[in-house]
Amino acid sequence: MVDVSFGPEPSQRPAPPAGPYLAMQRRKRVYGLAMLVLFVALMASGFQVAEDRNAGGFLNGLTQLDDFPREVLSEAWAKRAAIPGWMGHYLPSLLETINIAAVSTLLGVLAASLLSLLATRGLSLWPRLTPLFRRMLDAFRAVPEIVVALVLIYILGPGPVPAMIAIALHTAGAMGKLFSEVAENADLKPVEGLTSTGASWGQKMWLGILPQVAPNWLSYTLLRFEINVRASAILGFVGSGGIGYELKVAMQWGGGKYDQVVAIFLLLFLTIMLIDQCSDRFRHRLVKGV
Amino acid sequence: MTASVPMATPLLASFHRRRLIALAVPAVILAYLVYIFFAFDIAGLAGRARLDNAKILLGDFVSYKTHVTRNNATGAVTVAVEGEAKGTFAPGHLPDWVKVQGDTTTVDLGAGHLVTYDAAGARYVVPGYGTIDIRPQGGKLALTAPQPLPDWINASDNRISVTTSHGRFAYTRSKVETFRYAPGWPLFFFTPDSAFFGKSWGELAALALWQPRIDAAQPNLFGMAHDFWTNKMWRHGDVFWAIGETILMAFLGTMGAAIVSLPLAFLAARNMNRLAPVRFALRRVFDFVRGVDALIWTIILSRAFGPGPMTGALAMLVTDTGSFGKTFSEALENIDEKQVDGIRSTGANTLQRARWGVIPQVVPVLLSQVLYFLESNTRSATVVGAIVGGGIGLLLTQAIQTQKDWEDVAYYVILIILMVMAMDSLSGWLRRKLIKGE
Repeated sequence: MVDVSFGPEPSQRPAPPAGPYLAMQRRKRVYGLAMLVLFVALMASGFQVAEDRNAGGFLNGLTQLDDFPREVLSEAWAKRAAIPGWMGHYLPSLLETINIAAVSTLLGVLAASLLSLLATRGLSLWPRLTPLFRRMLDAFRAVPEIVVALVLIYILGPGPVPAMIAIALHTAGAMGKLFSEVAENADLKPVEGLTSTGASWGQKMWLGILPQVAPNWLSYTLLRFEINVRASAILGFVGSGGIGYELKVAMQWGGGKYDQVVAIFLLLFLTIMLIDQCSDRFRHRLVKGV
Repeated sequence: MTASVPMATPLLASFHRRRLIALAVPAVILAYLVYIFFAFDIAGLAGRARLDNAKILLGDFVSYKTHVTRNNATGAVTVAVEGEAKGTFAPGHLPDWVKVQGDTTTVDLGAGHLVTYDAAGARYVVPGYGTIDIRPQGGKLALTAPQPLPDWINASDNRISVTTSHGRFAYTRSKVETFRYAPGWPLFFFTPDSAFFGKSWGELAALALWQPRIDAAQPNLFGMAHDFWTNKMWRHGDVFWAIGETILMAFLGTMGAAIVSLPLAFLAARNMNRLAPVRFALRRVFDFVRGVDALIWTIILSRAFGPGPMTGALAMLVTDTGSFGKTFSEALENIDEKQVDGIRSTGANTLQRARWGVIPQVVPVLLSQVLYFLESNTRSATVVGAIVGGGIGLLLTQAIQTQKDWEDVAYYVILIILMVMAMDSLSGWLRRKLIKGE
């Protein structure tokens, strides 16, 4: 019996790899090593720069890491009886944060659906203008929410609307790109069928494309809603409106209001966990089609 | 035909149901929007909106004003961009539309609008209207102007102000001031204290290339670079550092998170780690870290580490560790076991199997995730910077809070957008290079 693991006789074995192949392997290895060295150097020097420009040092900070949570938690524990009451008290501002996220997701996604179809080659109503719509989506995506929100607060005054517009704009840009990638892969046969019946562009998109892309689009939308809830909480902290603003006010008070801080933390944490879990499950169902 | 009826019934029922859903979804959306209309008080927004602010903001984005101020007590005249000390023109180098001769100062606002300060008081000649003449008399201001006074002249005993299409003019007992508006970003390259101020492009090029040194110690080009970099009005050097800090936060945070979460993801993947309790605990840790929002991590960490880019980087590192841990471990669970078996048959140990059997399969997924996060973190680093007090986010919020340096805001916004777009293309390029191997 031949021991197969050793292969055929030496004379019958294929020639060992040589020449160009080995050279390529060597080159790849050198490139990989260079990349690794570059990466490590970047990380190390970046860390050093960040360390120099930070007010507190890294190691120093590590030892103080639990000071603030401990301070907050010990005070909140002493006043734990008040926390459920505070949670109820802040429920309306939580609702506002969620509403900002929901309505901006809704408006952003509606805009994104239209823009993405106009920006997709082969589907656009005006094929010549597809690059224009693509650049438009890029521009929407590139403007950070905080910029739009802060400028709008100056014009519209504090409230939920600046945050809503800011998040909606960004959502339109980010979703438009993803939606257009999905729509690019859609089957064009239904559209051709509809064209033969004399359907308008709107009818072709509504009846031919939308049913194909709906599960993926919806899944992206849910994921975006989750992201937008976080963004609207952060914008509240930096700008105005919603639970983020309440958190900032309570934090600025310092000691004495930590029970409220914990109540807001808890509300935010539970909401995000809940939305996370729900959207995870729902998206699973959408994509797997169960 | 008759045979098809029983088959069509469920189909028709499903059509009917779909039509109902197709109607119900827009109805629900509409109802929600109506609710939001009232909850956010959109109707009241028109009353609260400050459109004059919008006008100031847009005007300030693209234009600036120069103040020509005379102190009535001392008679000293200063000409300064935006009235700021760092934008003050040296007495011998005033702009050509301001003329000082002894006690008399003439300010030419263009199109025949002429303002004159002299010993007696001040005069403003408005074409098509006449001369507005102001003289202080016995502690009050005496105004002589064609009657009736139009609404763009605002006069009281102590203060007279005139606003025209070409500028603004205000006389109080202590000083008289004229604002001249002009498009552009003033002093963007050099402030008046620089030797290169007020030169044309041609003159600058000549100075840089062949003309004698203004400062004998260094070539003119270095001098220009230095004066530009330390420009007190626009602070290009600080802004550059701030942009660098923002990118640094995103880079350190994303890469740090990837490095931390890769080994954790191995421990949390079902096919890599047989200890179910460890897996379960790690997954809950990932969920917890993601659930405690970036906002909260940022607040907690900035208390411990103080303001700065390190804090921002750590906040992103912690948050992204949760997301990376989850997606990496899912990617690890989806690998093809055959390649690992192949490596195992050669007698490789666990580490070798991971390196040669698992990593090559997951690298494309991991890299594209990391690059995607790098891109989106560059954007969020602006917000994180605003909270922790570092980077361009801090400069931006400061400039917005002063509510007058809108040209700075416009500058920062343009830089932020350029930065985000640059990171966008960089990550796209890296993705093509590393994953598709082009």
